[in-house]
Amino acid sequence: MLVRELVSSLDLQIAAGEGSLDKSVSGGYASDLLSCVMAGANEGNVWVTLQAHPNVVAVAGLRELACVIVTEGAQPDQETLERANETGLPLLLTSESTYRIVGRLTALGVE
Amino acid sequence: MNRVPTELTKVQELIYELKIHDVMCRDVITVAPDLSMYELKDVLRVKRISGVPVVLDGALVGMISMENLILALERGELSATVGEKMTRNVRAVQAQESVVSAVNLFARLGYGRFPVVDEQGSLVGILTKGDIVRGLLRQLEGQWHDEEIKRYRASHIFEDIESDQTALLLRYRVDPKDFVRGGEASSKIKRALERLGAQPGLIRRVAVATYEAEINIMIHSVGGELIAELSPERMRISAVDNGPGIPDVEQALRPGFSTAPDWIRELGFGAGMGLVNIKRCADEMALTSEVGVGTRLVITFTLSDDESEGR
Repeated sequence: MLVRELVSSLDLQIAAGEGSLDKSVSGGYASDLLSCVMAGANEGNVWVTLQAHPNVVAVAGLRELACVIVTEGAQPDQETLERANETGLPLLLTSESTYRIVGRLTALGVE
Repeated sequence: MNRVPTELTKVQELIYELKIHDVMCRDVITVAPDLSMYELKDVLRVKRISGVPVVLDGALVGMISMENLILALERGELSATVGEKMTRNVRAVQAQESVVSAVNLFARLGYGRFPVVDEQGSLVGILTKGDIVRGLLRQLEGQWHDEEIKRYRASHIFEDIESDQTALLLRYRVDPKDFVRGGEASSKIKRALERLGAQPGLIRRVAVATYEAEINIMIHSVGGELIAELSPERMRISAVDNGPGIPDVEQALRPGFSTAPDWIRELGFGAGMGLVNIKRCADEMALTSEVGVGTRLVITFTLSDDESEGR
């Protein structure tokens, strides 16, 4: 499954990284604690979190994640958007809760 | 080592792999049968070619070459037409066939060039031995270039520089509470390892450990430094800061224990798993601290033979 397909299936808003939507998604991880993501997420995962600050981009880059879905209507700041565009990380926004999005991802087959 | 046989085989391989359409010249100059040999002389001279296909109404009807021209000159027959002097039974080669069939034809028939036709029999190009050589060289050049890049990545620093011991030292200043730049040093170290051709598994472990160490300096200290030391046998990351120091190191190592203030926890830090993560990723970890002086965290990754060769 490609990030692009997640965007359309979950009706996500593309805030950054528009040119990198053709990455393949290997699975998912949900946590708002950065250390947990560093330890538990895998390469190519979609990360679901309500955190929207620049460190999210750093963590996603270090763990080589496919994209980040920012939930609860959280708005990433300018710095975060710039970093995400620079590093080619899709930042996808939704007003839904993390719980709801994770459920829908599982239904789509993203393990 | 024994490189010559490998290169010979590569060329032989390419001769089979490459198709005639990969190496042929597509800009075919043609002449009509009613052209005089006198005018042909100028065509060959100006275009600097030694032979031309003869085409009538789009169909290949013959080949006229320098040899034909010289014969005509000897007999004083320059006013004759191309159609009268050309070779009629033209041997053409197929664009979709491999270069080896052309090589065999060149050897067998001794011609200088062959017209190239497609499956429908239309003239699509012309092939000389020079074209084949140029095509092979182009392919080899491309492959050599890729090989060069691959070899450059693999720690030339350790192989080409003579010393009793060679190590690469990278230092990064880490400023306190500078969260916008959080992870910058670890990203740079990760990229350096990629450049040196380290194994992906090692790069992942180093990236996680370095990040946690960097963030710890940022959250808990007054500022410090990340020092990455890479040598053929091991990679060592030292995270050193200038205070305030850890009163109880045992406690700090406990999973879930964190002294991060609330506003930092709200950013997603302070899970208390940083040191635990580092310990899990590294081969060795040593944490020493003195209150009022500072803290030193040394993380060591021993490199296996594969990892240190960068292959």
